[in-house]
Amino acid sequence: MGEPFLSVQDLRVQFQTDDGLVRSVDGLSFELRKQQTLGIVGESGSGKSVTSLAIMGLHKQARLSGQILLDGQDLISMAPDDIRRLRGKKMAMIFQDPLSSMHPFYTVGNQIIEAYQIHHAVSTKVARKHAIDMLGRVGIPRPEKRVDDYPHQFSGGMRQRAMIAMALSCDPELLIADEPTTALDVTVQAQILDLIRDLQRDFHTAVILITHDLGVVSEIADEILVMYAGRAVERASSDVLFTRPEHPYTWGLLGSLPRLDTEPTDRLLQIKGTPPSLINVPSGCPFHPRCPYAELNGERSYTSVPALKASESGHLVACHLPVETRHQLWETDIKPKLEGP
Amino acid sequence: MARFLVRRLAGAVLLLVITSMVTFAIFFIVPRLAGQTVDQLAAQYVGKDPSQAEIEATKEKLGLDKPIIVQYGQFIKGIVAGREFSFGPDTEYCPPPCFGYSFKTQRPVWPDLVDRVPVTFSLAIGAAVIWLITGVSIGVLSALKKGTIFDRFAMVIALAGVSLPIFFTGLLSLALFRPTGVNYVPFTSDPLGWASNLLLPWITLAFLYAALYARLTRAGMLETMTEDYIRTARAKGLRERKVVTRHALRATLTPILTIFGLDIGLLLGGAVLTESTFSLPGIGRYAIDAINNQDLPQVLGVTMLAAFFVVVASLVVDLLYAVADPRVRL
Amino acid sequence: MRRKAALAAGLALVLAITACGGGGNGGNGGTAEFNAADTSIVNASTKAGGTLNLALNDDWDSIDPGNTYYGFAWDFARFYGRALTMFKPAPGTAGLEVVPDLATGLGEFTDGGRTVTYKLRPNVKFEDGTPVTSKDVKYAVARTYARDVLPNGPTYFVDLLDAGDYPGPYQQPDLNQFTGIQTPDDLTVVFKLKAPFGDFDYLAANPQTIPVPQAKDTGAKYQEHPMSTGSYKVDSYVPGKEFILSKNPNWDTSDTNRKQLLDKIDVKLKVNAEDIDNRLLAGSLDADLAGTGVQAAAQSRILSDPNLKKNADNSFTGRLWFFVMDEKVAPFDNIECRKAVQYATDKVALQTAFGGPIAGGEVATTMLPPNIVGYQKFDLYQTPEAKGDIAKAKEALAACGMPNGFSTKILLRSDRPKEVAAGEALQQALAKAGIQAEITGVPSGGYFTRFAGAPEYMHANNIGIAFHGWQADWPTGYGFLQQLVDGRTIKAQGNTNVQEMDLPAINALFDKAAASTDVAERTAIYGQIDRAAMEHASVVPFLYAKGLVYRNPQMTNVYIQYSYGIYDFSQVGKQ
Repeated sequence: MGEPFLSVQDLRVQFQTDDGLVRSVDGLSFELRKQQTLGIVGESGSGKSVTSLAIMGLHKQARLSGQILLDGQDLISMAPDDIRRLRGKKMAMIFQDPLSSMHPFYTVGNQIIEAYQIHHAVSTKVARKHAIDMLGRVGIPRPEKRVDDYPHQFSGGMRQRAMIAMALSCDPELLIADEPTTALDVTVQAQILDLIRDLQRDFHTAVILITHDLGVVSEIADEILVMYAGRAVERASSDVLFTRPEHPYTWGLLGSLPRLDTEPTDRLLQIKGTPPSLINVPSGCPFHPRCPYAELNGERSYTSVPALKASESGHLVACHLPVETRHQLWETDIKPKLEGP
Repeated sequence: MARFLVRRLAGAVLLLVITSMVTFAIFFIVPRLAGQTVDQLAAQYVGKDPSQAEIEATKEKLGLDKPIIVQYGQFIKGIVAGREFSFGPDTEYCPPPCFGYSFKTQRPVWPDLVDRVPVTFSLAIGAAVIWLITGVSIGVLSALKKGTIFDRFAMVIALAGVSLPIFFTGLLSLALFRPTGVNYVPFTSDPLGWASNLLLPWITLAFLYAALYARLTRAGMLETMTEDYIRTARAKGLRERKVVTRHALRATLTPILTIFGLDIGLLLGGAVLTESTFSLPGIGRYAIDAINNQDLPQVLGVTMLAAFFVVVASLVVDLLYAVADPRVRL
Repeated sequence: MRRKAALAAGLALVLAITACGGGGNGGNGGTAEFNAADTSIVNASTKAGGTLNLALNDDWDSIDPGNTYYGFAWDFARFYGRALTMFKPAPGTAGLEVVPDLATGLGEFTDGGRTVTYKLRPNVKFEDGTPVTSKDVKYAVARTYARDVLPNGPTYFVDLLDAGDYPGPYQQPDLNQFTGIQTPDDLTVVFKLKAPFGDFDYLAANPQTIPVPQAKDTGAKYQEHPMSTGSYKVDSYVPGKEFILSKNPNWDTSDTNRKQLLDKIDVKLKVNAEDIDNRLLAGSLDADLAGTGVQAAAQSRILSDPNLKKNADNSFTGRLWFFVMDEKVAPFDNIECRKAVQYATDKVALQTAFGGPIAGGEVATTMLPPNIVGYQKFDLYQTPEAKGDIAKAKEALAACGMPNGFSTKILLRSDRPKEVAAGEALQQALAKAGIQAEITGVPSGGYFTRFAGAPEYMHANNIGIAFHGWQADWPTGYGFLQQLVDGRTIKAQGNTNVQEMDLPAINALFDKAAASTDVAERTAIYGQIDRAAMEHASVVPFLYAKGLVYRNPQMTNVYIQYSYGIYDFSQVGKQ
């Protein structure tokens, strides 16, 4: 597989606000290879969206440090206009709410044509043909007609398809999808995920899929990164993470998955409490105030920050609990509850 | 679209009818509620020392002795079919749309009003061009440079512009730049004189509105720049300049267009303060004079004209809005 | 001829009041200095050409000479019309004199003063070349009887002439039915009066006697083009915008009462008052036609700059500001209570409220202002520095049986800031003497039709005091006082004798003056009426109004015409 296509090392993203310094991302590292899919999972405010915007260079007010290497080029030290040239061309992004993410006053086709013409010096006629092509490829019926429709004339799913068509119009090597299905119906969600997977194959694109929902990434991601309070708490291949997760927060996320056979109120493993403030991150392990097993570690929980360490090959966990304890807890305590009676 | 137009036109006519009724009522009924008799009303149209005989004669001439419904009916009939008025030896036919004869100037209201439209039009359109260009550009720059010295300075000036009354800025500018005053010259007879005379009124009026529009644009831009589709545009790799002009400005200007249309409509109905301050013989001056003279036909006429402009402006704005914002369906 | 000699004697008396007659010969009049145009001709010149640029804050009520009641309009009408008589074109009090204009001489009084005859000048033509005849004068007066068509002008002819119920020529086009005037030949006009009227020559100066050809009369629309007999003719008049006149080619050049120096006269209408001042001082306007005085801002500029001040005049406008006590409203039915107010009033405070000595005017002690024929200086209720005398006021209150004062109401026009300020000043002054006055503000529109001028309103609302201002229709004691203190003028609506003063002695004096054909005698009677009215104590004059007016130094032959209290536009030219 060679060198990673995207390499993020010790990324820190901070915002100065009136209330204090917000550490949205605090020392995050990961790699992504070409044509691979990375799922970044976490609650809102865990820093996953900020990470994606940092990669895209769309955070004007933020203080960035660390390293983001895209195809060997460091995006953090790059001039803004150079990053702009990469946006849309080398890396593209789709967003959570396709309705608000498209300009209401321009036709869908118009917006795709614009995206294409930014990076390709072609006539509008050519660009338009390309736009119709793209709309067809994302599965929009009668694209030559729909190209002249406005976003509000599309359904939610169609709109997200159009967004994907726009994002892929310049054949980017990296696609960041930030909660691409959250605003959509459950049935449509699956179609969109399928579409992303199919297109990824066709376009040979690396994908970062950002979501709060482990269920979404389970089918599509090669590797999953779980974030909490701006940090990575667990990273593993998709198979590993779902079969033997080791971080109590990941367990919580798995427990939060809606299942057909339980009512939401019956969820067994809800994560207590609320996500932490990013201005006053809890000392020690940021998760310790909400962690049911924090006492097992004594004062270490709130005095020292656990490092992201490999528990097995390719499986990194940031937890003070000894590996054996984690395995034992998973097997005896968590897994049975998740599988249900 | 056609249905919308028909519906709106019918609404506009209804609105104008109601306006005429209300204005009519205000000037006929309210004085009576306040205890003024018909005799006293009529006495206002006679010179000093009115005698009872003169009052009776005037009452009859003006039709004040007839029931209000009849008077209103005559008024409406005049608009639709014209009316005849007696001027001693002469009887003059006032062709439709006859908004009555002024009892004070002995002239039909309508031609006088029409005569004044070019003045108010010149003033309003010229000022509108200036305030739209300056107001919007200052607003955009302020929003993009939010928090900088430029922004703060511009907003202080804008606050001053919104707060200072026209007669203050107008008289100040007259005293400073054109103590000889301004004289309206028709565009058709002397375009240069037209512009040079109107420049000061334009700027004065535009100052007020530019300030308003700068604030509106700034607030609108700041809001628009946080929209998701702006982020999308940037994510596409669009240059910031284009993000601002093609995406942000377009969305910001659309609601401002509504306000702009209505402002123009209101101004066409009479830029009362500006016209008074600069002694421009426009519709606003006409309105002020009509009210001062308690000249009912003039007041009715000018109110109807002003209402007409506002109604037309709002209709045009609605149509334009539908063009500008594809989400609006007519 | 005997009558004329008497007239000349009377005129000599009038002239004696004036220090200088002003010459009026156009040779070397006054030079430009402050107040020069008040008593002399400034920039005397015979240079022809140029445009006279005037402006008006308001508009004419009508430019039809038979349908206007504004002083400036009467002054200005002489440009485009010749009445039987006119005020002598001369500065100072000489301008109060009446001289023949369309007529060859002043009125010939016969039949005990009930018949007044004028002979017309031959060769006077309308602007279209038609000769003017006595019928045109008769018609002009006859049409003023049609009050429903021409409602604005004064009603003196209607009231004085013996014309029965003549309804005006629009309902009765046969002029033989109008018996108020007879025309024995084309150049003789004979007025038939119900009763003698000594000041008739002054009435004849009203533009209502400017001839109107019956064939050209369009009633209320005649103002669109009045036929000129003056040195200028109407080119266009657009209400609310402008009024433009040019030379009348058919003007009778033997006319010495007016000049034809200017090429054009351009009056802009409805111009903002501050704007007028700015244009005046910048030289793009020659004068404010209304002549009521510049606004406060321009006033301070003019007074502080000698170069501007020398082009300004501070002259009496002929207006009197006063307030009255309604004799029918308690406790002002008692003369002692009225005197208490006379003494308590601080006239300097009222003067200040009206703008001070320059913009406001001089403290008044008589009803007749100094520029009215019949004026005599006296002060019946003298107080130290005119600031009020509380001790004397309290004495009068005691005599009235109200040693602790009383309560009353002051009526004023709340939309006139100066009047409101004056009302408050009066309120404070009265309070010092123990008189509690409550201010009742009403709109100025309808002040004389619904409020102050409606005795019923005054009584029903217990209004003791009402503000009032007056300007004469012609500058004699009769013209000024008759509508104010003749008890027979009291009426239910439009009453200007607001104090409801009805004294047989005063009424008789008016009749005596009307019947007298002796100017000196009449002049003396006016002084007597003034004094008698003041003795009755129900009128408190406090200000002879003055205005600071500005004349463009480019204007020639400028002086204040005392009869109108404004510049005499019939004479001016441009340098």
